Amino acid sequence: MRADELAARTREFLSAYDPATDFLRARFDAGLAWVHYPRGLGGLDLPRALQPVVDEVLAAAGAPDNDPLRITVGLGMAAPTILRHGTDEQRRRWLRPLWTGEELWCQLFSEPGAGSDLASLTTRAVRHGDDWLVSGQKVWTSTAHEARWAILLARTDPAAPKHDGLTFFACDMTAPGVDVRPLRQLTGEAEFNEVFLDEVRIPDADRIGGIGQGWQVARTTLMNERVAIGGAPVPREHGMIGIVARAWRERPSVRTAGARDELMRLWVAAEAARLSARRLGEQLAAGQPGAEGSAVKYAFALLNQEISGFGLELLGEEGLRYDDWTMRRPPAVDWALRTPGYRYLRARANSIEGGTSEILCNIIAERVLGLPREVTG
Amino acid sequence: MTALLYTETEEDLRATVRKVLTGRSPWQAVLARIDGGEPYDAGLWHTLAAEIGCAGLPVPAGRGGAGAGWREAAVVAEELGRSVAPVPYLGCAQAVAALLACDDTELLRRLSDGDLVATLAVPLSTPLGAAPPAGALSPTVRADGDTLTGTVTSVLDALPADVLIVPAGGSLWQVAAADARITAVTSLDQTRPLADISFDAAPAVRLATGAPAGRAWTAARTAGAVLLAAEQLGIADRCLETTVAYVKQRHQFGRPIGSFQAVKHRLAQLWVQITQARAVARHAAGCLTTGDPDTPVAAHLAQAHCADVAVRAAQDCVQLHGGIGFTWEHPAHLYLKRAKSDAIAFGTPARHRDALAALLHLPGPG
Ligand SMILES: Cc1cc2nc3c(=O)[nH]c(=O)nc-3n(C[C@H](O)[C@H](O)[C@H](O)COP(=O)(O)OP(=O)(O)OC[C@H]3O[C@@H](n4cnc5c(N)ncnc54)[C@H](O)[C@@H]3O)c2cc1C
Repeated sequence: MRADELAARTREFLSAYDPATDFLRARFDAGLAWVHYPRGLGGLDLPRALQPVVDEVLAAAGAPDNDPLRITVGLGMAAPTILRHGTDEQRRRWLRPLWTGEELWCQLFSEPGAGSDLASLTTRAVRHGDDWLVSGQKVWTSTAHEARWAILLARTDPAAPKHDGLTFFACDMTAPGVDVRPLRQLTGEAEFNEVFLDEVRIPDADRIGGIGQGWQVARTTLMNERVAIGGAPVPREHGMIGIVARAWRERPSVRTAGARDELMRLWVAAEAARLSARRLGEQLAAGQPGAEGSAVKYAFALLNQEISGFGLELLGEEGLRYDDWTMRRPPAVDWALRTPGYRYLRARANSIEGGTSEILCNIIAERVLGLPREVTG
Repeated sequence: MTALLYTETEEDLRATVRKVLTGRSPWQAVLARIDGGEPYDAGLWHTLAAEIGCAGLPVPAGRGGAGAGWREAAVVAEELGRSVAPVPYLGCAQAVAALLACDDTELLRRLSDGDLVATLAVPLSTPLGAAPPAGALSPTVRADGDTLTGTVTSVLDALPADVLIVPAGGSLWQVAAADARITAVTSLDQTRPLADISFDAAPAVRLATGAPAGRAWTAARTAGAVLLAAEQLGIADRCLETTVAYVKQRHQFGRPIGSFQAVKHRLAQLWVQITQARAVARHAAGCLTTGDPDTPVAAHLAQAHCADVAVRAAQDCVQLHGGIGFTWEHPAHLYLKRAKSDAIAFGTPARHRDALAALLHLPGPG
């Protein structure tokens, strides 16, 4: 047996007897997955703020985690939606493998003609007995190529006003008629995809929420998405500002008077955003995220973009180089491990994905400040 | 005072160059060249340099050039910025500026004819005004008699170059590219791939030494920075144009997205900045043409301003295109990467602001 064959065999063995998965399942069943979830669904009905207590003990013991970066769509969007709008049966079926990372989720919302105006989407779901037949095109679907399930928004009643004709489903990504094609992005690789749905059969049992209630359900998803992006509690100098601050401390050659002013301006902005995200987290401990989540995501996008742009210029010659342009399908991206050029480029999407910054400002203006709407519908 | 408007001759030149670039180097062609691993377009460069005479614009007729000036050269740079065409214009222009300040050489004539490609062997990120010659012009290359040994990293237009102009040991040298080892670098801006160069006792011809070498160096660097500002103006202009066209046509919420005030204001502000960038870039090109004493200030000012405007325009272009703007198959990224690399080239805006403060006697504390 050759070495590569032996390695393949070992990997196969490992996937059948993955020690981490057994541990994660047991952790879920013990209610230590997400303590603010109900008992029996990975939680203990405790305040969300207590989760770090669990995480710290487990991390100190070197216990495996569920690689949250890899399963952000499931954790941040699908799970809260299923918890809030799913049936008991759906929660029991989906939440555990979602949390352990055994089943990845993706989000089939955006379409070529429906991005910011998501409610105008045209993917159709037509009732056939106990099933729905779904046809249409979705786009920019992150991790669709790895996902087992998708949260899907489709139009079930074209005659109804646009927000009232939508229904929310869980779509089995292995079902016949689901065609996933990679879409290369400006960083060179393809995290996202085009997804073509051709008469995909979805059992009515996989509908989440009522028929025609899709928009209300999707709002839960979107508000949680915005909190998921940039809302996690983090220590000071975490993330992008930490990377730049480290470069500044370690490399005297990058320092100039002007750049120091800029660094400190960004440091202050980052710390203000961090504290306000933490404050939002405290507000959220009990209830569901509201429009305030939009502010956190808006600030996160702006900061990530400014800091990564500054960090790239700061490095001068090194900033002129890139690591790898080949088209790849990376697993979850750890920004810290990539070049400053990658961070700069990838951050451009932060103000587009999960609702553009312009749309978030509209939400703040209209739902928080109560200003008259620019568009109706 | 420099004239800030374009002359009729300049507009004619622009039209000629634009026609060639839109016909021969649309963004799809640029992207295809990148994907094919052969970004530089030698045929296009031949048309621009040899047939239209773009390479020799600032060279007097008596020395083999077109006898125009840096203002015209800047118009070409604008058009090249608009098209992000991968041609060695900036490298050649710096070489021309250096050679104009040296004794007459055959090299200048051949460069003006578009016969040869040359570039200045210096890291693209080297700040304008950094370390003029006296002593070691380039700390990483050593001159032994008539040979050079050492390395220079991240050099612009070295890949297609026939000749390298190398600062070393207080002199400027001419080295045949064939006598150096030139290695492509994975560059942020794929439309302008950089290269690392190493010399191992490479035979070199001395072009200038001492104060004249210093003048040639400064002339080359200043001309490069001024043309880069024009290029940045072109990038910004094209990004604005593309974005305006898109927001008129893309509908969301039953309306063109360009009808939303957030979008309108963003583009209106960008237009204001570009208008200023044009004035600033024109002033710099004018100064360079006439040898105006304001040239150092004008060059740093142009870089401090135009670099940020180009970056902002490219970023806005991505943002206002939404998800499509983030894809490989859309041209926005070509402009974004060029604009951001250009902001590092010749020093970042922050460094230009520091340099301006010194030139303007605005000292820091203490
Ligand atoms: C990296 C990445 C990952 C993504 N992952 C997913 C995913 O997994 N699943 C998914 O469903 N979608 C995903 N998306 C899609 C994303 O949600 C959409 O791109 C986004 O909602 C914007 O839609 P759009 O691209 O159609 O842009 P458009 O809606 O066409 O917007 C274009 C521009 O117009 C502006 N605009 C639009 N309406 C208004 C208004 N009323 N007022 C002011 N300005 C306005 C926008 O802000 C934007 O700048 C992803 C996108 C990216 C970039």
